[in-house]
Amino acid sequence: MSIYSHITRDGLWDNNVVFAQVLGMCPTMAVTGTATNGLGMGLATTAVLALSNLFISAIRNIVSEEVRIPVYIVIIATLVTLADVSINAWAHDLYKVLGLYIALIVANCAVLGRAEAFAAKNPVLPSMLDGLMMGIGFTFALTTIGAVREIIGAGTLFADAHLLLGQPFAFMETKLIPNYRGFLLMALPPGGFLALGFLIAGKRIIDRNIAKRAAEKAMAGAEPQPA
Amino acid sequence: MRLAQLQSMLGYSGALLGVTALITTAALALADRATSADIAGAQARDMQQSLAQVLPGQFDNDLLKDTVKLPGPDGEVTVYRARRGGKVAAVVFQVTGPGYAGPIDCMLGIDRDGAVTGVRVIRHKETPGLGDKIEVAKSAWVHAFEGKSFANLPEDKWAVKKDGGVFDQFAGATITPRGVTRAVKGGMTFFAREKARLLDEEGKAK
Repeated sequence: MSIYSHITRDGLWDNNVVFAQVLGMCPTMAVTGTATNGLGMGLATTAVLALSNLFISAIRNIVSEEVRIPVYIVIIATLVTLADVSINAWAHDLYKVLGLYIALIVANCAVLGRAEAFAAKNPVLPSMLDGLMMGIGFTFALTTIGAVREIIGAGTLFADAHLLLGQPFAFMETKLIPNYRGFLLMALPPGGFLALGFLIAGKRIIDRNIAKRAAEKAMAGAEPQPA
Repeated sequence: MRLAQLQSMLGYSGALLGVTALITTAALALADRATSADIAGAQARDMQQSLAQVLPGQFDNDLLKDTVKLPGPDGEVTVYRARRGGKVAAVVFQVTGPGYAGPIDCMLGIDRDGAVTGVRVIRHKETPGLGDKIEVAKSAWVHAFEGKSFANLPEDKWAVKKDGGVFDQFAGATITPRGVTRAVKGGMTFFAREKARLLDEEGKAK
């Protein structure tokens, strides 16, 4: 497996920020009331992750060991603030939906985590890909949690998607369960923890099945030899 | 290696931090200059929209510029005045009521005769699915205030039904509509008290 496909697989599934590393719980719990909010937060985080990995990787050789953490934090905070003001100025409708959450990206330890664990030790291109893939994995996780909570909590899926993505995406807004009275627990913070717990358990089961199948295959391959 | 030598020097880390701070601050300052006008414009548009929602109809002036600041029910309020033919036809201001999970901020529009032209909740932290029926996107409840004034509805009836008033409460959430009703009533009382000043007819009305 080449390094790039390894990075991709790591970010999307094997080492998924939410489902495997269980990082960035603050934004995860705060915004996943609906699938649309999860998607928006995920996309904004992806942009910051890719850029912060890019910059930090580019300066990794001149940053001395002792002050690397403050330097990384200043760079990440700057990028988040730049994202905040530019979305506010040029995509104001989006800002009204996401405004509260953008500042939360700073509180997402996954961003600093990737800077420290990957970008500080690897060249620019793999680092940027790592940020991008970790971000997409994060987006996937947030959207999934949001979708589960939204379907059970309100009976809809991707409500208000047109506010986030523009009018052409209004078709995504579906009402899955007509006349649904709603299940409040899932819309409130406990629902976030419940959904996350079940989804992590689900990922573990899938991973175990994959491992078992791979082991069986290896066994089947190994068996004919002694005969 | 020269870089390694440099890095081992005491001042290197400090200089590095300084340069980082300098570059990032410069980036932020540039970004602020590039965006502040657009942000102010967008916020003014937002304000205009929320004013237009509680004040239907056409007016001659720019509401955002014709304001007066007065001590109101919850601290100083900025009152936006809409004029027709020079006379103040209606006013809009923000009122706040106590909700279940924090203050509920509403925009309240009142015409010169003291009747409510519209109420919109602009900020709240109420429970989704229960208290958020005060949002116009979720329920028509907030329209119940429109057209009501102290002339056609006695002051003590400005309350939710549970408290002997005329406004509906929601199943499972009484505190939220009570908060909004209290905010609107507070605004109405404020309007009745300050009417002359709000309508810019102080001194003229004799």
